[in-house]
Amino acid sequence: MSQQNESTDDIVLADLPDEELVEQMFDDLYDGLADEITEGTNILLSRGWSATRVLDDALVGGMNIVGIDFRDGILFVPEVLLAANAMKAGMAILRPLLAETGAKPVGKMVIGTVKGDIHDIGKNLVGMMMEGAGFEVIDLGINTDADAYIAALEKERPDILGMSALLTTTMPYMKVVIDNLKEKGMRDDYIILVGGAPLNDDFGKAIGADAYCRDAATAVDVAKQLVKERRAL
Amino acid sequence: MTANVLLIACGALARELVLLTRRNRWSHLKVQCLPPELHNTPQRIPGEVVAVIEANRAKFEHIFVAYADCGTGGMLDKALEAYGIERLPGAHCYEFFTGATSFARFCDEEPGTYYLTDFLVRHFDRLVIGALGLDKHPQLKGEYFRNYRRVMYLAQSPSDELRQLAKSHADYLGLAYTEHFTGLDRVGTELHEHVVQWQN
Repeated sequence: MSQQNESTDDIVLADLPDEELVEQMFDDLYDGLADEITEGTNILLSRGWSATRVLDDALVGGMNIVGIDFRDGILFVPEVLLAANAMKAGMAILRPLLAETGAKPVGKMVIGTVKGDIHDIGKNLVGMMMEGAGFEVIDLGINTDADAYIAALEKERPDILGMSALLTTTMPYMKVVIDNLKEKGMRDDYIILVGGAPLNDDFGKAIGADAYCRDAATAVDVAKQLVKERRAL
Repeated sequence: MTANVLLIACGALARELVLLTRRNRWSHLKVQCLPPELHNTPQRIPGEVVAVIEANRAKFEHIFVAYADCGTGGMLDKALEAYGIERLPGAHCYEFFTGATSFARFCDEEPGTYYLTDFLVRHFDRLVIGALGLDKHPQLKGEYFRNYRRVMYLAQSPSDELRQLAKSHADYLGLAYTEHFTGLDRVGTELHEHVVQWQN
């Protein structure tokens, strides 16, 4: 066992004051320690913190640090996945409590990986961070064709459509979906965000998306901004 | 004969390119490979390729790039366009090994296909298990591979040993196994068309 782990084991989360506990939860999220996040979440709730506050201050705050270090090449996909799993453990506790509050979502998003593509790690991360930011997220899963996207848009009437692709061969399908929406006169009813490793700003513009989002944190920021702008119209 | 053509290649193709240059006596070619690990960070490929171009453009009459798009989302093409340099066709090496039609068919048949080449079969432990962190965090295997259904070994120069290894990789991933012989003819022809014209 490493010295670092011994040191972590020595920390009794319940003994920490709120501020230090939140700092420790940032570290635990960073290290992908799901059990510790579960414990920390329960401790904060037992101290009277609201579910929203735990989510915003401890979990989302911690994941934002993970997101920044991923963007800067300090963390890599395995570490981000472990951190995401730790956040999921906290979210599992908070989700029913958040639902009970009856708070209106910040917005609604339909999200899916495009047809021919089965990669969903990035898409799931975006969905989780959007949920953490107060959006209602309808996840269509993988290998989603235009008909499935359009059916979900008609049913759910979201603010945002999010499309993800990891492959150079599948990313052009995003344009197929957007062109279908244009043909049906539905394009302007939705904010369209696209993302995935081989995409870039130029591609997003070329296919007629509202924005390309390079990572989950950017997706959240852009989504909040564009929803705010749209509602101000 | 002094080489007048530089072939900048993905390290995953090194063995195959050496074989092809010997077999075809392309003595006018010098092959310079970049680390195959770049495939895990494809956004770095254009910059690394350009660095090699810049370091060598005065030394060679012609340069050709033995990469496909390789997940760069068109950024490699954009970088090469500035120098008027061409590359191998297709989205991935899988595509130029199999040909576009066959590769599209495989993808349509089963989008959840994880492709292995000879190189990836040989270096699976380093480039798949190690690069994905599965050696340290085996619990992530399900996260990475839950949507895959099969492994397809695209065989360039298959042997019993490679086949057994490929099957063992499929078993490790918990996926069905299939294989398809590509040989080197297609990529050899593609290279021949591009580089033979520059033979002195």
